[in-house]
Parts: sequence; structure tokens; C-alpha cells
Amino acid sequence: MSVVHLNETDFESKINASPVAIVDFWASWCGPCRMLAPTIEKLGEEFEGKAVVGKVDVDENQNLAGKFGVMSIPTVIVFKNGKEVARKVGVQPAPVYKDLLNSNL
Amino acid sequence: MHDIVIIGGGPAGLSAAINARARGKSVLVVTNDYHDSPLYRAKKVDNYLGMPGETGAQLMDTYWAHAQSMGTEFCDGRVLTVMPMEDSFYLSIGTDVEEGGAIVLATGVSQGRKYPGEEEFLGQGVSYCATCDGMLYRGKNVVVVGMAPDSPKEANFLQSIGCNVTYVSAKQSEELQADIPFLRLAAFEIQGEGHVNAFHIGDATLPVDCVFILRNAIPPTSLMAGLEQENGYIKVDREMKTNLPGVFAAGDCTGLPLQLSKATGEGLVAGQKAAEYIDNKSKDKTSTVQ
Repeated sequence: MSVVHLNETDFESKINASPVAIVDFWASWCGPCRMLAPTIEKLGEEFEGKAVVGKVDVDENQNLAGKFGVMSIPTVIVFKNGKEVARKVGVQPAPVYKDLLNSNL
Repeated sequence: MHDIVIIGGGPAGLSAAINARARGKSVLVVTNDYHDSPLYRAKKVDNYLGMPGETGAQLMDTYWAHAQSMGTEFCDGRVLTVMPMEDSFYLSIGTDVEEGGAIVLATGVSQGRKYPGEEEFLGQGVSYCATCDGMLYRGKNVVVVGMAPDSPKEANFLQSIGCNVTYVSAKQSEELQADIPFLRLAAFEIQGEGHVNAFHIGDATLPVDCVFILRNAIPPTSLMAGLEQENGYIKVDREMKTNLPGVFAAGDCTGLPLQLSKATGEGLVAGQKAAEYIDNKSKDKTSTVQ
């Protein structure tokens, strides 16, 4: 599967499966998050084998949302070697996320 | 998927709707209750050619009936954000998502300027969406600045999921739950370091984690990233095109004078040009296939 669903127990191990990861913090009740979903799916296909593309449901994983200071959803965070290197709050056009990934690969 | 999605059901939006419908395009108008529109409250409109002395309410009722009779679809709600996709636009409306081939912005004048701290802390403790972000503030102090008719309900929702709500508005509402403190709207400032930690109003400073600013409409530049403005209004050309391909604008949101005839005239141009845009797009597709 090209997009991995992350939770509190497997978050670290899964994002560290590749040097670069992009994670979408979302929830089902959030319209803008649902709007972003197809873009994240496409990133998953496009960056398969190059970066981890993951999603965190903040409703089920409030501790993760708290740990990363997610204050508005959708929030998308890019990690390099497990460390946050970029963050985008709110829905952005697909090229914004692609550029963020490419510049960190 | 609709050919054209129009944001705003005032004179400009409805004029765009009937003209796009006349060209056979499917049209969705996303709007608040039209009884809340500024025109509806106008006691008398004297400068609309050939129809002097009508009330705003009469005009709006007639416009609405006209647009409905032309087969326009309507959706009651507030658009939170619009995102360009490869070949269309996604719009989030509350918890729903709609898709359109072209967009007409007819949002009217956005109510008031942004508040001190609003822009700086957007997404860092300033939110426009109680449904989206409420859950992140359970057990925390939040302020709801209520400027839309449904704001008391949103405040009640936040309180019900466990936020400690203070409601700030120009007037008290009977709909607001009795256990939510009320403050009258006055000049305020949102303060913080990296993220929001205080709401300063009058002589009082409240420790808060989030300020929900709920307007009747989200300012167009917050709706769409990269939308160009000029003097506080959306920049358009003679064809009512904005700087973003497939996005048109009409009416008060494009600038002065804020008058009915201008709004309906611009709506006509925007509706026709949006229809043309859809036609050209499908022609391009056909030629690519051949």
C-alpha cells in the first residue's frame, strides 16, 4: 500500500523506514482534510520507494497530534531522518508537497 | 462534479448562475441563507434601471426564484477552502466536499478586516473551522468570536465536546447555552509566542489556546492560495478572470462601486466566460484524444 496509516505505537518505526517521510494529520469530520486525501494518495504512488507517505487520524491518535503540536487540520509535516524539517497547515496545491519532498530527498 | 460552482448567492452569483445555465452548464451555488444578505435588508433600491422603489427583499426573492426556475442547484453552507486539482477544483463546505470545473467567486464584501494576530497565528491557535479543529482543543480554553448567524450553535458544539468556551459577539443570543460565558465584542488582539496563548479584549486578558473566528464568509484570499488582490478587492480583467485559470469573480468582491447593477452585469460576464472556459476545456480534451 502506498499510503501508510500511522498510530502511536508504530509511528516512529514506520516513518523511519525511509530517510524522508511526509505525514498528513487529518480527521474524518474535517472537510478540508477529505479534500486533501486524493493528493496524499497520489503522493503515495508517485514517491513509492523514495519516501514514506503516511496519515495520522488525530481523533484516534490525540497524543501524536499533541506531541507534534498539531493545532489545526489538515497539517502536513515532512520528516528527514526522523526530525521535522517542514510543515504546512491547511490545504495546499499538490506541487507544494512535491517540492517539499523533492528538496529533501 | 458540477461544471461551475459559484460561491455566493447574492445578485452577482445568481446572475452568473442563470447565464451559465442558459448555456447548458450544470451550476451549484454555495451560499448562506439569502435572507441574511445585505441586499435583503435594503429598504428601497432606487437606482436599478427600470425598477425604481423595489425593496431589497422583493428583489432577492425574485432573483432566487429566477435562478431556481433555471435549474440551478443550491447548497446551504460556508466554503472553507478551494483547491485547484489537475482538471477541476475541490471545495470543502463544512464536512462535505464538492467538485467543480470552474469557480465563480461572488462572495460580496468580506466583513471587516482581519484582527490583530489573526493572520500571524492562523493555524497556530486561530481557526475558522470549529468542526475541523474543535477536537484538538478538548479540555482547553477557547474563544469563539461569533459573527455569523450559526455561530452560537458552533460555540455550543465546542462546549459539548469538552472545550471551555467563552463566546464573544456583538449581541447575546438565546441559542447560546447558559453555561457559556458571554463577552460583548470590542477591539481585541490575539497574542502568543509561536502559538496563541492569550486573548486581549478591553481591559481583560483571557488565557486561551485557540480563537475561533467565525464570519459569515471566509475572505476570498483565505479561500484560495495565490489569488491576487488590488486595493483589498479581487483583481479581475474585463472578462472577470482572476489571475488563477478557471477562477472568475463578480460583484462587490471585485471592488467599487458596491451597487446592484454592477453586480448583476459582472455576474453575467463571469457566468458566460466560465461557461466558455468549460467548453474550451472539453474541446482541448477531444483534440488530445484524437
